[in-house]
Amino acid sequence: MNAVKGRTVLFVVIAPFVLTGAALGWLRESRSYRTAPPVTAELETSRLLPIGIGGAPAEVYFASGSVYEKDAYNLSQGKRLYDWFGCPACHGDGRGKNGPSFLDGWWLYGPDMVSIMASIRNGRPHGMPAFRDRMTEEQIWQLAGYVETIGAYKALIAAPSRNDGIHTRPSENRAPAVILFEQGPVGNRREQGPTP
Amino acid sequence: MKRWLLLSLPLLILAGCQSSQSALETHGPSARHLGDLIWLFSGVATVIWLLVVLVMLVALARLPKHAAEGRAERDARMKPVVIAAVIATAVIVTGLTVASYFTTRAIGEPREAVLDITVRGQQWWWQFLYSDPGAGGFETANELHVPVGKPVRLRLESPDVIHSFWVPSLAGKMDLIPGRTNVLTIRADRPGVYRGQCAEFCGIQHGHMSLFVIAEPVEKYEAWAALQRSAAAVPDDADALAGRTVFLSKPCAACHTVRGTEAKGKTGPDLTHVGGRGTIAAGTLDNTRGGMAAWIADPQTVKPGNNMPLVTLAPEELRQISAYMESLK
Repeated sequence: MNAVKGRTVLFVVIAPFVLTGAALGWLRESRSYRTAPPVTAELETSRLLPIGIGGAPAEVYFASGSVYEKDAYNLSQGKRLYDWFGCPACHGDGRGKNGPSFLDGWWLYGPDMVSIMASIRNGRPHGMPAFRDRMTEEQIWQLAGYVETIGAYKALIAAPSRNDGIHTRPSENRAPAVILFEQGPVGNRREQGPTP
Repeated sequence: MKRWLLLSLPLLILAGCQSSQSALETHGPSARHLGDLIWLFSGVATVIWLLVVLVMLVALARLPKHAAEGRAERDARMKPVVIAAVIATAVIVTGLTVASYFTTRAIGEPREAVLDITVRGQQWWWQFLYSDPGAGGFETANELHVPVGKPVRLRLESPDVIHSFWVPSLAGKMDLIPGRTNVLTIRADRPGVYRGQCAEFCGIQHGHMSLFVIAEPVEKYEAWAALQRSAAAVPDDADALAGRTVFLSKPCAACHTVRGTEAKGKTGPDLTHVGGRGTIAAGTLDNTRGGMAAWIADPQTVKPGNNMPLVTLAPEELRQISAYMESLK
């Protein structure tokens, strides 16, 4: 009798967890393979501030749920584009090579989407080429979303696909910049020194 | 009547056996070995099945005769039958194992080849790299031309996920595994077009990843290869010429190569002679000007999830670019 009762209690305790787990597993991230042309046209109107750092994305960006930063599919596509368009030639695995690192937590032009997107689209001084004519607007945003995760300070729920080769640095969704943050030269005002 | 119709439905499946893609229509040595094995297994299994049914019917018919028999008596009578059945089973299974072993050995034997082609499985299309140290190599996609009657060595590679190369009329399946090179030697004994497809689930567009092996007489193959080696001609048609300019100024050139122009992208299929291929997007659409336009206008609707982005083009530009693609014979 006791054994049966124990089993029932066990069942009542475990069942909700199992059912919740199953329900969560059932929820699949919706995937859009194609951003509608009017949306990409609208995204193109995102503007940088005159100083070249920071700015506001077009409103449609928020209206469509900032998918390029939050959606695993877009992050994966961005990761693929990072290789396809030769970014590792200068930026390596994200730690920099001839070009600057994303992983040390220092963003030369700010860590926000518009700054990164503008760096890719229009290029930057000292060797960053413009990809305006080589990538579509959608691809630029996908790549920008991925680059943002390389030097992210916050852990993300969505993760791009794993590397095909050996991982050489912390995964993108584990706040890699916090792990690999480098203090760098400290200025005159030490008390204002950078902390992640 | 209705029941007969229903019962004959499975026969429809047999209609699939008559096509350019069938393991039962063999046109190469490897496929022939495998085809023979399929027939041997099917034949043996059919004979055994018929015998079993026959024995069962005989047993049923003789049931009343032995109804009053005791257990010991029955065991004694059955003993030789059971022993014979066990021996027959052992012999048949061993025989089939030996036949299977010899078939595997025959198709796995390394053979001399006249031609080396690297096959790279991409998501989701086939990249073929022809290497010829003397005359220079070239690259094409989804259409593998080979000389008839000559063994061709395929080096199967993949940059990211596992695919499987399967042209049933010519050879068995062989996987393309990232990080290693598998070698498959094929020979087509009869000129023709043999369809093949990816036989290992490789992602969302696995189903749209077919290829065509085109076996031609040696002279015809050589002419084709010579044409492929040449750079793309500058079109004389005004539309196509305008399309060339559009192609080079848009993101197209960042992923595709057209030899003879500044387009040197490496990630998409080589388009130097795309107009000469029968299909586009790995057998998804017929390669006509209309098909090409439909593909370029919205690749994600034709083949969702593939890696070609939608490049925004004016209607005029789309027409010109399709004309240019068609002109690249």
